[in-house]
Amino acid sequence: MTPFTRHTGLAAPLARHNVDTDQIIPKQFLKRIERTGFGQFLFFDWRFTEDGEPKPDFVLNQPRYHGASVLVSGENFGCGSSREHAPWALYDYGFRVLIASSYADIFYNNCVQNGLLPVQLAPDQIARLLDLVDREPGLALTIDLENQTVEAGDLFHASFEMNPERRQSLLRGLDPIGETLLHEDAIQAFEQEHPSPIITVT
Amino acid sequence: MAPQTLFEKIWSRHVVRDAQPALLYIDRHYVHEVTSPQAFEGLRQAGRTVRRPDLTIAVMDHNVPTSDRSLPIQDAVARKQMDQLEQNCREFDVPLWNLHHPEQGIVHIIGPDMGFTLPGMTIVCGDSHTSTHGALGALAFGIGTSEVEHVLATQTLWQHRPNTLEVRFVGKKPPGTTAKDMILALIRAIGIAGATGSVIEYTGEAVRALSMEERMTLCNMSIEAGARAGMISPDETTVAYLASRPYAPKGDAFASAQDAWLALATDPGAHFDQIVEIDLRQLEPMVTWGTNPEMSAPISGRVPDPADESDAVRRDMVAQALAYMDLPPNTPLEGIPIQRVFIGSCTNGRLEDLERAAKIIAGRQVAPGVRAMAVPGSGRVKRSAEAMGLDQVFRDAGFEWREPGCSLCLGMNDDILSPGERCASTSNRNFEGRQGRGSRTHLLSPEMAAAAAITGVLTDYRKLLEEVQA
Repeated sequence: MTPFTRHTGLAAPLARHNVDTDQIIPKQFLKRIERTGFGQFLFFDWRFTEDGEPKPDFVLNQPRYHGASVLVSGENFGCGSSREHAPWALYDYGFRVLIASSYADIFYNNCVQNGLLPVQLAPDQIARLLDLVDREPGLALTIDLENQTVEAGDLFHASFEMNPERRQSLLRGLDPIGETLLHEDAIQAFEQEHPSPIITVT
Repeated sequence: MAPQTLFEKIWSRHVVRDAQPALLYIDRHYVHEVTSPQAFEGLRQAGRTVRRPDLTIAVMDHNVPTSDRSLPIQDAVARKQMDQLEQNCREFDVPLWNLHHPEQGIVHIIGPDMGFTLPGMTIVCGDSHTSTHGALGALAFGIGTSEVEHVLATQTLWQHRPNTLEVRFVGKKPPGTTAKDMILALIRAIGIAGATGSVIEYTGEAVRALSMEERMTLCNMSIEAGARAGMISPDETTVAYLASRPYAPKGDAFASAQDAWLALATDPGAHFDQIVEIDLRQLEPMVTWGTNPEMSAPISGRVPDPADESDAVRRDMVAQALAYMDLPPNTPLEGIPIQRVFIGSCTNGRLEDLERAAKIIAGRQVAPGVRAMAVPGSGRVKRSAEAMGLDQVFRDAGFEWREPGCSLCLGMNDDILSPGERCASTSNRNFEGRQGRGSRTHLLSPEMAAAAAITGVLTDYRKLLEEVQA
């Protein structure tokens, strides 16, 4: 995983609560067997008409948000299915940071696993940020994970909290499996003390 | 020792490395075709193996066709994903129940039904409805594909300790209401993020009175309240259920396991981080009217009016949902016309669900213009239902009787709605487009779905029961 330390990029607003993973990446696109190439299907039903034409009123289709890499949204972002295709699609589209007032558990974890930073800010900060993004075309946000800040020059400044282990894992771009395998002795010892009920399936 | 919850007992017995997050041992790993290909590919690229194929079981369920299995699969991309699972399981020695295996079906139906899921286990699967298995007193939760790869490689997971939430159902469940109504009422009360960060334990006399299959319906939708997992302390109902499962321990092993299972139950006086009480005494059959599972009401109720919402954000959400659902404010729920009916899914695709639905439709006909499907959750459920003649009841009424799979719950195969179609569905999510682009989903119990099929409109099924008695 690529380490995440600091990112500056264009912010796009998705002013909704409960953006579920079925909206982020509809099920007809879950049949690929690769981790890449999902960006073209991001928010598919919101982004495109049934004929595959871009819907001009959807925020990411507006020219001012082309090239956005920071997505600002409301409560409970990423609720629903456990599909990791959701953070894969966001990342592949070009997003590196999400800023929302809360996240669903599985989605949050899936983001961290993929180097996509999920920043949590208070609802009033989100409201201010959404307003600012709307009022200031081309607004770039700088998200600094070492200092845990979100900034837009003089216009916006906020600090955010993040679990220290998850933060470290993003900062260092760890391979979690490699880390776990360092505990091989402990896993083996556990297995010897706690034999699991084994089944032979035919 | 201080009294402990079921969750605490299972958690503490699976900690390999006590840290924050803790390294947790996983007893059972269920794998399916949609969320696993990239995990196996990751193993391959890193030159790693599956550590415990003997604790891993793979099935095909999400994108399998539910039509005639003797025909070739039409969807080339879906077929590739199934072929890939076949190849991965061969290469990594993982047992697989493929499309043509007699026991093939939905992973959350098969696991408990076959006795792979046992009390006290830690269970994961790359699917959010893994919470279903908590009905047996297991700690079971959904994970993403990176974590699937992690469990395949190490049989462990790093987990932050969740909060514990006791959902205490107060009073008896009124006759004619179901586990589906209990869980929809809970989600309506606490919201779709109401249990985020928590593991729920369901308690109360109404929970004790539920059958195992009803308990699975309850635990299944824990994730729809945002919960990490949902669970129920093992009791005599749990033990009796496990006694007849093909892969559960047998003989002396069963006798000794049984005591250990019962001892897992939450101790009297154990502490929960949070407690929510849900009064069941006024419970009615529930049905959703909106685009997430908290947007529901009793069947005697009406669609809300956004104008009644004092909070601006909430007002917008209700208005957006009603626009998508094409429902005017204040519409009575009873009487809303539907074009499709789906009875199935990991929520309500078990034998008892089919039996209860069959009672409503027996001797009646599906309303003209309605297409109704019954999709058994697994090969075993289908065979058992057919042995009871239920397939004939469904077919005689005009239902399609299909092969096992996730089907119309998420519409990854051909079983989808056309834009604008409205479906009475026993599944678990009514998100926009969930059952097909532009689809409109009303979640409800199998009894309610059956009644809607017969009348062609959302109906309080208890009225059809009265007709039978009268």
